[in-house]
Amino acid sequence: MFNYHKYIIIACIIFLKGCSDKPLNNPYSDNLNNLKNVYYSSFQERPKHLDPARSYSSNEYAFIAQIYEPLYQYHYLKKPYELIPLTAAEMPEIIYLDDKFNETTLNKKIYYTKYIIKIKQGVLYQDHPAFYKKDNEYFYHNLNDDQLKNIDTLKDFKYESTRELTSDDYIYQIKRLADYKNHSPISGVMSEYIFGFDDFKNKINKKSELNYKKRIKFIQSTNIQGIEKINKYKFSIIIKNQYPQFIYWLAMPFFSPMPWEADSFYMQENLIKKNITLNWFPVGTGPFRLIENNPNLRMVLDYNKNFRGEVYPSLNDKIIDKKLISSNSVKAVPFIDKAIFSLEKEQIPRWNKFLQGYYDSSGIASDNYDQAVSLSNSGDIKLTEELKAKGIHLNTATAASTYYIGFNMLDPVVGGKESKARYLRQAITLAIDYDEYISIFANGRGIVAQSPIPPGIFGYQDGKKSYNKTIYKKVDNSLVKKNIVKAKDLLKKAGYVNGLDQKTGKPLVLYFEATGSGADTYAFLNWLRKQFKKIDIQLVTRVTDYNRFQEKMINGTGQIFQWGWNADYPDPENFLFLLYSKNGKVKYGGENASNYSNYEFDKLFLRMKNMKNTKKRKELIENMLTIIQNDSPWVWGFHPKSFSLSHSWLENVESNLMANNTLKYKKINNNIRHDKISKWNKPDFTLLHILFIIFLIFIFSVLLTIRKKEKEKAYD
Amino acid sequence: MIKYILKRLVYIIPILIGVNLLTFALFFVVNSPDEIARLHLGNKRVTQEQIYAWNEERGYNNPLFYNNSEKGLDAIQKTIFYEKSLKLFLFDFGVSDSGRDIKYDIQQRMWPSLAIALPSLIVGVLINITFALFFVFFRSTYVDYFGVIICVALMSISSLFYIIGGQYLISKLLHLVPISGYAHGYDAVKFLILPVIISVIYGIGSGTRWYRSLFLEEIEKDYVKTAKSKGLSESSVLFNHVFKNALIPILTGIVVILPLLFLGSLIVESFFGIPGLGSYTIDAIQSQDFAIVRAMVFLGTILYIVGLILTDISYTLVDPRVRLK
Repeated sequence: MFNYHKYIIIACIIFLKGCSDKPLNNPYSDNLNNLKNVYYSSFQERPKHLDPARSYSSNEYAFIAQIYEPLYQYHYLKKPYELIPLTAAEMPEIIYLDDKFNETTLNKKIYYTKYIIKIKQGVLYQDHPAFYKKDNEYFYHNLNDDQLKNIDTLKDFKYESTRELTSDDYIYQIKRLADYKNHSPISGVMSEYIFGFDDFKNKINKKSELNYKKRIKFIQSTNIQGIEKINKYKFSIIIKNQYPQFIYWLAMPFFSPMPWEADSFYMQENLIKKNITLNWFPVGTGPFRLIENNPNLRMVLDYNKNFRGEVYPSLNDKIIDKKLISSNSVKAVPFIDKAIFSLEKEQIPRWNKFLQGYYDSSGIASDNYDQAVSLSNSGDIKLTEELKAKGIHLNTATAASTYYIGFNMLDPVVGGKESKARYLRQAITLAIDYDEYISIFANGRGIVAQSPIPPGIFGYQDGKKSYNKTIYKKVDNSLVKKNIVKAKDLLKKAGYVNGLDQKTGKPLVLYFEATGSGADTYAFLNWLRKQFKKIDIQLVTRVTDYNRFQEKMINGTGQIFQWGWNADYPDPENFLFLLYSKNGKVKYGGENASNYSNYEFDKLFLRMKNMKNTKKRKELIENMLTIIQNDSPWVWGFHPKSFSLSHSWLENVESNLMANNTLKYKKINNNIRHDKISKWNKPDFTLLHILFIIFLIFIFSVLLTIRKKEKEKAYD
Repeated sequence: MIKYILKRLVYIIPILIGVNLLTFALFFVVNSPDEIARLHLGNKRVTQEQIYAWNEERGYNNPLFYNNSEKGLDAIQKTIFYEKSLKLFLFDFGVSDSGRDIKYDIQQRMWPSLAIALPSLIVGVLINITFALFFVFFRSTYVDYFGVIICVALMSISSLFYIIGGQYLISKLLHLVPISGYAHGYDAVKFLILPVIISVIYGIGSGTRWYRSLFLEEIEKDYVKTAKSKGLSESSVLFNHVFKNALIPILTGIVVILPLLFLGSLIVESFFGIPGLGSYTIDAIQSQDFAIVRAMVFLGTILYIVGLILTDISYTLVDPRVRLK
């Protein structure tokens, strides 16, 4: 007879032996004890480009801003946002020039502005094979297939080296912005500003036949007229006219240094075939370097041992004589040794891993909103008891962004300068209740917009001292939206009574161009139809994909649409230019999707654009806002609030939505993390034990039944 | 048999051309190259000049099927269809719209897909056969009826329910395995346990019912009655006769899906963060990367046809009565 008993006992012993208190759900290969000084986070969408000439989205900046260093950076703690030097030794010297490039003063006509930039000495790049030389020759710049046999990723290269950052690297990168092969999204904007950029662009773009080596030589040897190397650590950029916002561009990753060696290394055909490209393996001077780039799984940043060190900022830091005077002196930054970002496309695992402690910080998706935050009796948003008990912190900040519903000003019904269309737009603006929208669709995470300018940006209307007088009125010192009767009056003035065109007697039907699909989109569209219904307007929604939507916007065939804008830099110009006529989407291919055009507004815009944040500038902005609020080319939507959560062991978490290079400031308290993760993730074997016992009983009874059945006689 | 295989291989060509044409037409009817370019270049500050340059670099500025400005063979060769679709026949998948070598990516990503699919298939088949034999053994009893009801219930539940429920129970409540993630080498095991368990459970309903019907069909045959009349026990008849003969459709059913295992599972990979070919395809569809989609469709077609040929061959191996002509 087969002896089952001993096998069952052995199975039980093995099973019970495997049960321990150690967390089994650790999603990292490292042992829990080894999770020291490592920052863990996730990313939802894989970054497409890590080349600073091309990258232009926040999910890409999350990585490259830790690796590449532009000349300036935003002070981590200061609000309003303030620029301070990063690799630059000091703030730039700005010289105004006349039409003959002679120095002039602000009170005369300025034709050009020269920025003289001095960079820090002794800044080193991360170690990289592109820099390695043997016998004075670059060892990896002429790779053959034999040398690449065992190479699959950058870390497979045996030798690495570094070199010092020079002004040539910044100049080289600016030239890369002009090269169409790099598809830089700002090459068009820079053509407008940098003197000689367009000429260079034309020259390089005619050289498509050159192989990559000759191309690099051409880029190095051909100058942009407005850019001059003064010495190894100093260079100048001449821009056309005045453009004070140019300095903000210099703080963006587009203006990071690029060593020519990197281009020469990465442009080798056989490396491209192995997907080892500059687009995937950055070479920077920043505090971190990318040691693993598998955007389908994880991205790993490691401490760059060549990093020069930086002090942690303080609110007492000041810029005196263009130099940063820091109140801290200890070069402590970065605090962490490594950062692991895991790809987490789905929100459920992402949220659960955060709650288990395996991600140090997290956003709040709408599905998890109720679990994360609740409204207090006073209407304040606070963390739920569950999260508070875990020691989780809530960080909030209003994003420098705006979302709006736009009217196509070229449309014969809602567009145009006639008062009839203006009244119609004003009536719609009054009818749409964005407070309700924020409450329903954004879980209260937003501020109703008075104008395009969001909070934190100079010229913002806070709804107290200054506000949108077309829509709001002051009653007992508080801001009240004009009621729906007023909207109907406006509609009547526009020639529509009870939603009927007074001339034709036909009902007024408007069309909303929508993108997206799914329950959220349809809920929003239903809500929007109801808003229009308040003033008896029938709204037809035309749902399409984003490509079709863009096509309609480019051709100007859409009527009403929803869109948004995230600030490139914290200046009102970056929002008001969205309504400047020369940026009209149909005529100029710009970002003015409403195709709004107003001579007065344009005139004020050009004046305001070049001014410093003075009282006069504020006045001009107020006048501009009054014009657009009266014309109502947009339904002033809302400015989203960003909510993020962080665990108690993550320190130095500040809400700075302009700075991208903030990883270096984050600090981990390893002991707290270790203790909490161990406590929160004790494996529970109860169910497994029960299942195991059921399984044994089942097997045992099946075997018995089979044996019994087989012993049965066919006929009794 | 070699003649037969060669004949089948020749049949592949028109099928592949048809599939290619269809994918090509669908993509370019839905999106113009300009729209694809805009999608890849981003939303902000994109100029027509940049769109042109992007299209030019990828050959999207050429005509679709026939280039009037060229003469001779060039009129065919300098077209998007030739450049982007016909080169696939040489297994030249080219580069994705984001600039990566597709062949290299496929080679890298097929292994994680296989790491889930293969154990899921093996464990799944073994469990399904076990359950099917068990139900057949107890056929026409309450055990069988109850089993079929459970199978139908299991089949009726969406795969998403299993995934989310499994992650909630096993990973979130019991803390037994990671919710999602992947690692290479032996470290992958802890990440594969949950997706494999879920894939197996998801397949139990349909698999068990399918195998059960195969066994029941077999058990009605005359040779089984003969075996029983010889006095063989029920289990001996089931294992030594019924099981062996039912293996033919089981084996051929497995062989047809073997090549497709490389392609991975779209939902499972996405939810568990497995960097396989399933999530590669989903990402490409979402980002409208035509180059990857056409490569994956092409590969899928080839693997499917290879699967069918292998099935035919496996018939001859497991059933000597079958001859391929």
